[in-house]
Amino acid sequence: MNFYLLSLIKTAIVVAVLMHTLAYLQWIERKVIAHVQLRVGPRRVGPHGLLQPLADVIKLITKEGMLPSHVSTIFYLLAPFIAVTFALISIAVIPFGPVIEVGGVRTGMELTDLDIGVLFILAISGLGVYGVALAGWSSNNKYSLLGGLRSSAQMISYELPMALAIAAPLLIFNTLNFREIVAKQGFYYAKFIPNWGIFHSPFPQILAFLVFLIAAFAETNRVPFDLPEAENELVAGFHTEYSSMKFAAFFMAEYANMVTVSCVATLLFLGGWQPPFPAEYGSKYIPSLVHAAAGLLCFYHAANPARPLDRITLPVFGVLSLGIAGLFLIPAVQPILLPLFWFGAKTGAILFLFIWVRATLPRFRYDQLMRFAWLFLFPLGMLNLLATSLAVALTAK
Amino acid sequence: MPALPFPAETPLTWYLVLSAILFALGVAGFLFRRNIITVFISIELMLNAVNLSFVSFSYKLKQNDGHIFSFFVMVVAAAEAAVGLAIILTVFKNRQTLEIDEVSSLKD
Amino acid sequence: MNSILFLILAAIAVGCGINVVLQTHPISSALSLVGVMGALAVFYLQLGGEFIAAAQLIVYAGAVMVLFVFVIMLLGAGKERKTKPRIWVRWAGPPLLIFFVGAVAYVLETGLPPSAPVRFGGFDGGTVEAIGARLFTEYLLPFEVTSLLILIAIAGAIVLARKEID
Repeated sequence: MNFYLLSLIKTAIVVAVLMHTLAYLQWIERKVIAHVQLRVGPRRVGPHGLLQPLADVIKLITKEGMLPSHVSTIFYLLAPFIAVTFALISIAVIPFGPVIEVGGVRTGMELTDLDIGVLFILAISGLGVYGVALAGWSSNNKYSLLGGLRSSAQMISYELPMALAIAAPLLIFNTLNFREIVAKQGFYYAKFIPNWGIFHSPFPQILAFLVFLIAAFAETNRVPFDLPEAENELVAGFHTEYSSMKFAAFFMAEYANMVTVSCVATLLFLGGWQPPFPAEYGSKYIPSLVHAAAGLLCFYHAANPARPLDRITLPVFGVLSLGIAGLFLIPAVQPILLPLFWFGAKTGAILFLFIWVRATLPRFRYDQLMRFAWLFLFPLGMLNLLATSLAVALTAK
Repeated sequence: MPALPFPAETPLTWYLVLSAILFALGVAGFLFRRNIITVFISIELMLNAVNLSFVSFSYKLKQNDGHIFSFFVMVVAAAEAAVGLAIILTVFKNRQTLEIDEVSSLKD
Repeated sequence: MNSILFLILAAIAVGCGINVVLQTHPISSALSLVGVMGALAVFYLQLGGEFIAAAQLIVYAGAVMVLFVFVIMLLGAGKERKTKPRIWVRWAGPPLLIFFVGAVAYVLETGLPPSAPVRFGGFDGGTVEAIGARLFTEYLLPFEVTSLLILIAIAGAIVLARKEID
């Protein structure tokens, strides 16, 4: 098929899935935090609050978009644009699955396959600092300026441990291409231990994974590193003066950054779309089992419902889950759906970790945050890099 | 494709002319601006123009020495930017001004 | 196709470059310089230097210019006082610039031996592996010396910019 047409179709699919994921990530976050705090979360707008993201989008779009008179107009308007553009661009180099063949067209499940994919992600996350810094500065407001400066200083301080944590598995994999990195994690030790980044010989990258996750929390301005945008500390930090769609742009940028960083962690450390044990031990049936269990759970809870409307909505979800379980058993679509399931499961687990930590941990004070980056994470990343390079050098042929 | 007034493949000299234009703009900014930070930014523009020249010639000669020189230029520019901005901060702390005409003597 | 891309990007680069020189507020100059660097990164990609393109975005546009933007924000630098340059400077400056560039272009067009036009993919020695191999074998001494230079620069910057403890 024509290369441009194929790229357009892939772009449309990725954009549609990404936008829905960003919207429903906020729903998942509110529900999970609510259940952790022993309350219910959104439940009025649609069944189980599932239409809440739609309501939020409508509210944000129809809100009055103000342009305060004391701001520098061009930078005020440029900042959310930069933030959201760079946050969404980095999805372009992330592969979601292996090379598949659909209707005679052979293509890999990503938008582009760059040989310098990892460097591209690092570059774009470095450029994303401008959105935050400009937002803080252009608002002409001391809270915004402080929030913007703190947030951008935090983002560039934590780029260093993140780069060191990425460099260590790159020494083992010897390539910057994401697809080849995942391909090198396809082996199984002793027939069932997967060769993921965190288990890889010659030096398991567990420390690098932890350093990467902590640095990722700081890069995306999430708890416990969210002082720059905390409501009770700095009014609202760098997005104090923004309203409606520009405010929504910053939030979309934050969630898109979260998704990107989780995808990168999955690809580098958790084996991408490779299943945790080989197909001959039955890893093909796990997605169907998981969805069937979810469906049966829905039916069980529909039998003794907690709320009267659940008698109707939960069986519908149960039927949907059983339908998806059946879909995973069709051999024709298995090569497409199985890798997507594993990739989605691992990325979803890391996103759940993001949300779980937000519900649980208090936030760092700013000087504690900077001290943690420079005096703890950075030396730890360096030590990990040294140990990895020593192991690779000693075991090289 | 309709006939274009310029060749379809870019000759290498276009890159070198662009590098010369950017370098000349950097020199103009360096000589005519009076804010220390803008002068510094013009210096960075000159360094970028030189990098483009290096990479163009590296393409022409089919060797990657130009890339390596360009990398070193970037590294040195980063170090220079760090120290230069620290100096600018100190000058601002002591003289409370950022115009080069007003910091032209050592004595306050 | 290559030419059209080059002309569009060259227009962006020269436009941002002129903006760097003409804008009064330093932050507009700094952001225009980021635009120039972005355009240059795409030029490096066209010339086969993928590592240099990534390094330009990571190091120059993502770290050095962020440092500039920080300092401008911290100092609260305002617009520069507009002064008109002297008459002969105003009338002779731009023509001299154009003459200089024209002279350079002429020398280049006639002096250089003709070479193949630039094609995307015409040079494949700019990959990370190729540059890494040379950087760590032939150019090892300059590499180590520049790391030492960065270390000294860090120490110098910290000493210069720290707060005096009263």
